[in-house]
Amino acid sequence: MSTARAFAAARAEGRAALVGYLPAGFPDVEGAVEAIGVMVEHGCDVIEIGLPYSDPVMDGPTIQAAAQQALEAGARTTDVFRTVEKIAGLGVPTVVMTYWNPVERYGVERFAADLASAGGAGLITPDLTPDSGEAWIAAADAHDLDKVFLVAPSSTEARLAYTTDACRGFVYATAVMGVTGARATSSDLAEPLVTRTRSVTDLPVGVGLGVSDGAQAAEVASYADGVIVGSAFVRALLDAPDRRTGLDRLATLTADLAAGVRRG
Amino acid sequence: MSTTVPTPTPVRSNGPDEAGRFGDFGGRFMPEALMAALDELTAAWQDAMSDATFTDEFHRMLREYAGVPSRLYDATKLSEVAGARILLKREDLNHTGAHKIRNVLGQALLTKRMGKTRVIAETGAGQHGVATATAAAYLGLDCTVYMGEVDTQRQALNVARMQLLGAEVIPVTSGARTLKDAINEAIRDWVSSVEHTAYCFGTAAGPHPFPAMVRDFCRSIGDEAREQTLELTGALPDAVLACVGGGSNAIGIFTAFLDDEGVDLLGLEPGGDGVDTPRHAATIHAGQVGVLHGARTYVLQDEDGQTVESHSISAGLDYPGVGPQHAHLADIGRATYRPVTDTEAMDAMALLSRTEGIIPAIESAHAIAGALQLAAERPGSTLLVNLSGRGDKDMGTAIEWFGLGQTTPEGTPEQADQEQIAEGAK
Repeated sequence: MSTARAFAAARAEGRAALVGYLPAGFPDVEGAVEAIGVMVEHGCDVIEIGLPYSDPVMDGPTIQAAAQQALEAGARTTDVFRTVEKIAGLGVPTVVMTYWNPVERYGVERFAADLASAGGAGLITPDLTPDSGEAWIAAADAHDLDKVFLVAPSSTEARLAYTTDACRGFVYATAVMGVTGARATSSDLAEPLVTRTRSVTDLPVGVGLGVSDGAQAAEVASYADGVIVGSAFVRALLDAPDRRTGLDRLATLTADLAAGVRRG
Repeated sequence: MSTTVPTPTPVRSNGPDEAGRFGDFGGRFMPEALMAALDELTAAWQDAMSDATFTDEFHRMLREYAGVPSRLYDATKLSEVAGARILLKREDLNHTGAHKIRNVLGQALLTKRMGKTRVIAETGAGQHGVATATAAAYLGLDCTVYMGEVDTQRQALNVARMQLLGAEVIPVTSGARTLKDAINEAIRDWVSSVEHTAYCFGTAAGPHPFPAMVRDFCRSIGDEAREQTLELTGALPDAVLACVGGGSNAIGIFTAFLDDEGVDLLGLEPGGDGVDTPRHAATIHAGQVGVLHGARTYVLQDEDGQTVESHSISAGLDYPGVGPQHAHLADIGRATYRPVTDTEAMDAMALLSRTEGIIPAIESAHAIAGALQLAAERPGSTLLVNLSGRGDKDMGTAIEWFGLGQTTPEGTPEQADQEQIAEGAK
């Protein structure tokens, strides 16, 4: 089930899609499944499941802390597939966001096959660009999976064209020159990047920008096809005194964001 | 001895290719956000290396400021103990006490040439941090150094040095709080600051162009040593030895000898408590091929591809990856890599101190230990060893390891300590 479907459905409603991220295995495997279930129920159109990794250079302290917690609780690559299976089973397009080494270690072809058979839609690869992505591109094409590569404000026109050309599903615009993390204000780099990206591709463009509330989601939704939220969801769970409270806060936050993308 | 530094020229025959690959290793596995910066850096480095204005200035700085060429020392007393002729390339005599000054002066000069005003660096032992802070002070650049919190404690003196040199030292509290985490943090900084900041990478690892660029800035070690060995002995050495963490001093001395088929190249990896235990950092010996910090190389990792925490008594070698050119040289059999345990390294540190009056860095002591082993296997051979740094920074570790620093009321060192060290020096 390609993510393109969710973006098309949102577009038909005249709004942006809400893309929600949570690492697998955080706070533990079942807890993550339950939490993502809440996110789906309250309005996430696409789910990104993070594969917890020991050296997440593109993530800020919030997501790194969650990934670390997942690893310490014993999260494994196979748990990611189990999580994908359960979430995709809810009928929502589900992609995995992963650093490259765990995929290479698992075996690129085997990873693609297992992701496809779990019902996963594809991969987002923060430290793999198409230049080094030959094996992944071949495996993704063989298994009918989305290839979501990232574009950045520093990407040249040539690289924007080259990168989006290799994408399927949607394009992930990292609209801040920096790491993941909720921010108080939006970046003025985001809108021009979306405009530049749209000039070279017809694929939907999702923006990851540290959005943490409905108002920010509405602002990003006014110019992007998708609003990608990660740290704010993780933060809701990390800061909660207990699991029940965490899930309640997650529900409230998702509903607020879902309303936001409908105002944009 | 010649007083001019041989001019380094990029070693195209030894790679990398256009994509930064050494055979199956290397390349560039990095966030798109840094691709433009890496392209810019590659172009600037290639342009600089073919511009005499840059290379002349680089060599002037090495000569007048860093004090190179460093001496080649015929270690006769150590040789007598070892049973082979051991020649020491005295990088410990360079300004800041290690080979790293060559690399940082090159990268800092390139930073100025690119019109950037700030450098960031990661550091393990603190040597690269001190060297970067030194080069930044010398060339008038702002400097921020990331250092694992664990290392800031084991190397407090180097933290103070960096601060005195005007650098900001940021302790890294994420992950294992060691070198790899400092690299992660520095990469994060660079993504946000790339417009005015250069990342002064401390070893011949990471994404293209760093492995080749750092090699080019360090290769004068080998160019000098080759010439000095020929001058001293009339022949090339039988083997060249260097410790390998990330591998900058090793690739710096190996490069000049890559085409000399009769010269064996031996890299000594940190074997920690032993490669049969989980506590070591012998990446080539015990790692699997993977991607870490932007390059495909050997990585200490578990079956899920998670980086495994490495261990070495030497903070500067405590790294779970290795430079991709070393991975390639191991792969094609041009160089061999062996583990040396903490104990063997510390014994070698004591032996060199006692026999020659030279206290080596614990990193470099790994190479001395390797030379002692090789001497036993090949008596009478000539071994060129890269003494990559001096041991002042490691006195805290030595005090703890050997139980030094205790004096009797009469003020004479404890007999037991003396015996312990003498035992280690055998």
